[in-house]
Amino acid sequence: MLIKKGAEASLYLEDWYGRKAVLKKRAPKRYRIPELDREIQSRRTKHEPQVIHRAQEAGVPTPIVLFVDVKEATIVMEYVEGEQVKQVLNGLPQDERRRLCTHIGEHVGKLHSSGIVHGDLTTSNMILTPMGRVVFVDFGLSEQTWEAEARGVDLHLMKRAIASTHFMHADECFDAVMAGYRKSAGKKAMDEVLGKVSEIERRGRYISER
Amino acid sequence: MCLPPLVGSVQKGHCLGIESTADDFGAGVVTLGGEVLANVNDTYVPEKGGIHPREAARHHADVAEKVILESLKRAKIGFNELTAIAFSQGPGLGPCLRTGATAARALASYLSIPLVGVNHCVAHIEIGKHATGARDPVTLYVSGGNTIVSAYEAGRYRVFGETLDIAVGNCLDVFVREAGLKAERGKAPGKVVEEFAAKGERFTSLPYTVKGMDLSFSGLLTAAVSLLREKKVGLEDVCFSFQETAFSMLTEVTERALAHTEKGEVLLTGGVAANRRLQAMLRTMAEDHGAQFSVVPREYSADNGAMIAWAGILSHRHGVTVPIEKSFVKLKWRLDTVEVPWVEERKC
Repeated sequence: MLIKKGAEASLYLEDWYGRKAVLKKRAPKRYRIPELDREIQSRRTKHEPQVIHRAQEAGVPTPIVLFVDVKEATIVMEYVEGEQVKQVLNGLPQDERRRLCTHIGEHVGKLHSSGIVHGDLTTSNMILTPMGRVVFVDFGLSEQTWEAEARGVDLHLMKRAIASTHFMHADECFDAVMAGYRKSAGKKAMDEVLGKVSEIERRGRYISER
Repeated sequence: MCLPPLVGSVQKGHCLGIESTADDFGAGVVTLGGEVLANVNDTYVPEKGGIHPREAARHHADVAEKVILESLKRAKIGFNELTAIAFSQGPGLGPCLRTGATAARALASYLSIPLVGVNHCVAHIEIGKHATGARDPVTLYVSGGNTIVSAYEAGRYRVFGETLDIAVGNCLDVFVREAGLKAERGKAPGKVVEEFAAKGERFTSLPYTVKGMDLSFSGLLTAAVSLLREKKVGLEDVCFSFQETAFSMLTEVTERALAHTEKGEVLLTGGVAANRRLQAMLRTMAEDHGAQFSVVPREYSADNGAMIAWAGILSHRHGVTVPIEKSFVKLKWRLDTVEVPWVEERKC
């Protein structure tokens, strides 16, 4: 059963030997020429489970990978019960919203401290479980790297995603995220990444404060 | 609340729009009801290399009078029939912006009519919507200076994705120069790449850099230029691979923004919108998501005065004008900092 048709892939709810599972299928993109499309699809399909595994080692909740088929560009993963953070964040009372963002920040800090950059840190890629855990999904654009630049871009994207989707509370949310980041990654790492974020923003086109 | 549409019969008058953010100096005349009566343009063509801001500004100063007079002549109206002057207040190249702004201030002050400062990116989106009838699209705005994926949310055009380094049009321009190709006068460098690419068929892998909904083109440019210099792959095939990679990246981020915002329309605007391959990719993508695709007509894809006039009219209707003493140009004026109060009214 199709549960979500995303930009990158479609998610199907499947029964995987008696267990509720999500099948993630990267559909071929008709707009790309087949050579390029195959290259991108197989690169991402191979890469994603590897990074998910590394994220788990770093102590960040992710779905468990059950099966991978590179040729079909398919990954079968554990089904995570809950709601997208995107859906719930704006409706939360302020203290809870802050707590949630701090919690998210802690996990991002753990990822970065383990050399993992998520690559698409939008609030649609975080699932809030009924138990209050945040599970990170969609590592399709992730990278394993120790470059400060990549960590900076990761948080810059998150900041912008928050600004476009949760504009009423953008600053408050991002500050809370960074407070959490500091908790898990330390002050030095936080200062470094924030330095990068503002460097990237200044590098961007049309920024007033230069 | 839904206001009745404003058409020509309701309000009489004309807006002159002056565009001068980069290499084009344009003047357009649009009626308050939205009919474009004239759209005149004169482009600065550098002897070699890219745009030199001061030289471009000198060009603009030289042609300003001629272009503005021609636009009024074509619109068949006199200065006394103008009811507002709009100008591109930014973002863009300082000397160029100041030249257009100076002309606009002089006219507004002489004619004692309101002056409207228009954000250039907003103008590209608004003319695209106006000319195609798109209502609430995810917009891909691609030109020599900008690469932005945006959509309207709560009072502003929010930026969902943009380039982290150079604009895609800039990437195409530099590639064309590095390849030693020269576009004929009046022909966009991207068109040259498009023509060679149409003859290419062997694909070579080049850096494909999508980060969330953002993009980076500098690595692609460097790799494409080196590939060309190695001379192992023919020009046609390099152009083909370069164009396929760059446009697939653009389409992918637009697709992501479309899925993220759950809008039902995709609009392509800006100078690079004239590229047929890019249009075809976006159309295919939109179809696959059941979204309506539209592309700005050719005469409004590159920088032009009509789009400034039209965006000026929309602002003016909502009382957004700028006193002359506060009409400084804003070189780095971001799209997502501009309030666009007219959009809600037009959506319903």
